[in-house]
Amino acid sequence: MRIRCPHCGERDNGEFSYLGDATVVRPDGMSASSEAMHDYVYLRDNPAGLHRELWYHGAGCRSWLVVTRDTRTHEIRDVSSARDVALARHTGDAA
Amino acid sequence: MRYSLFSVLGQALRGQRDWKPQWRDAAPRTEYDVVIIGGGGHGLATAYYLAKEHGITNIAVLEKNVIGSGNVGRNTTIIRSNYGLPGNIPFYEHSMKLWEGLEQDINYNAMVSQRGVLNLFHSDGQRDAYARRGNAMRLAGIDAELLDREQVRAMVPFIDFDNARFPVKGGLVQRRGGTVRHDAVAWGYARAADERGVDIVQNCAVTGISRENGRVVGVETSRGFIRAKKVGISVAGSSSLLASMVDMRLPIESHVLQAFVSEGLKPLIDCVMTFGAGHFYVSQSDKGGLVFGGDIDGYNSYAQRGNLATIEDVMEGGMALWPGLGRVRLLRHWGGIMDMSMDGSPIIDRTDIGGLYLNAGWCYGGFKATPAAGFCFAHTIARDEPHPISAAYRLDRFATGHLIDEKGMGAQPNLH
Repeated sequence: MRIRCPHCGERDNGEFSYLGDATVVRPDGMSASSEAMHDYVYLRDNPAGLHRELWYHGAGCRSWLVVTRDTRTHEIRDVSSARDVALARHTGDAA
Repeated sequence: MRYSLFSVLGQALRGQRDWKPQWRDAAPRTEYDVVIIGGGGHGLATAYYLAKEHGITNIAVLEKNVIGSGNVGRNTTIIRSNYGLPGNIPFYEHSMKLWEGLEQDINYNAMVSQRGVLNLFHSDGQRDAYARRGNAMRLAGIDAELLDREQVRAMVPFIDFDNARFPVKGGLVQRRGGTVRHDAVAWGYARAADERGVDIVQNCAVTGISRENGRVVGVETSRGFIRAKKVGISVAGSSSLLASMVDMRLPIESHVLQAFVSEGLKPLIDCVMTFGAGHFYVSQSDKGGLVFGGDIDGYNSYAQRGNLATIEDVMEGGMALWPGLGRVRLLRHWGGIMDMSMDGSPIIDRTDIGGLYLNAGWCYGGFKATPAAGFCFAHTIARDEPHPISAAYRLDRFATGHLIDEKGMGAQPNLH
């Protein structure tokens, strides 16, 4: 499996570390209920198919990336900078 | 069918023509008292203990592929009960005791070999941690011995004791641990369950779970609808997919774990040995191949195959511990899908849906648990309450804070 880093090009997956599902969003602040925190920390969709997930390019540019990958075939459909994804999400919230 | 020296000799004279299938390839009936989804080691053991311990024999085990094609045929065959936490210790020790009596119980040669499991340590701090775990085991009546360097040298003289980075300082050995012929576990439980009337239905994929008034009433399958009073899910890496059929999200990620076998060699190592400074474990099969493995690949996967970066990492771990491995050729490697839970420990519990039960979250340690998981899951299904030794494996422990994090890694499945 190779990941096409937007900054470094196509690199071996051994250069990257995995954090997990990129679609879960931390509930806001101290006001979140314990149920909401439980869901955020522990529960996952864990799909067989397309999965948006966070990877860290530790042996390269040290950027966090959001990779869209098929968990059945390991085919990678899209790689974006996690910063861009977060900014887009923030803009979406504001709009 | 019973096996004896006479039946083997008789078959030899008749050209091995008269062996009978060991279990019926059953067609699904329309209704059962209990349907177990998943014909792996755990599912078959569950059906066997439901029949044996609880007298429930109107059972179907539904397997989407064929018996033995999943993780029960893909693991590195190690059994042990060297755990350190109260939730785990009695459960895994019960499993070890069931292994010790398994072959007599099911009249099947599973090649249970208590050759010892040796965990090496490489620093003073690690010695303290292993001594603590060994003491926890001994307090629970489980065998554990802390070995110094020379005692380890007597067992495995060929490893790199004076490695500059990770010198071998000693080891913790559980002599009752060892290996079991994994395929024979599946076959033996299948045969024993079949003898007690359990239907083993192969090539039967579950596509839906039907509910009425908050209670399960049956399962949709590729071979038609099957009514069931109770349904047990025991599908390892596919747990989240089954749970999604009843709108449940689980504290589980599915990850791929690779395992490896070398070419056949003369006897080299007579125990199971693990490297304490990396993740590498090795034993030798009766055919002579070194069976070994290491970390999971570390990303969500349902592919049953992994990537080269992890293979390289496993080989590096092996070479750091045992430089002589460098001349050994790899024969084959494969992957299986692990149901990695958020605290590294399993779940055997009821669900919020009446009559629906869950056995999942075994991470990459499910094989050694096969007898006790079946035993406890059968109890949970039959009595509708947890067995005392698996009572800590609750589905709601993540919400209540009663986690069982043996490695202390937190809610990060790929680190357990």
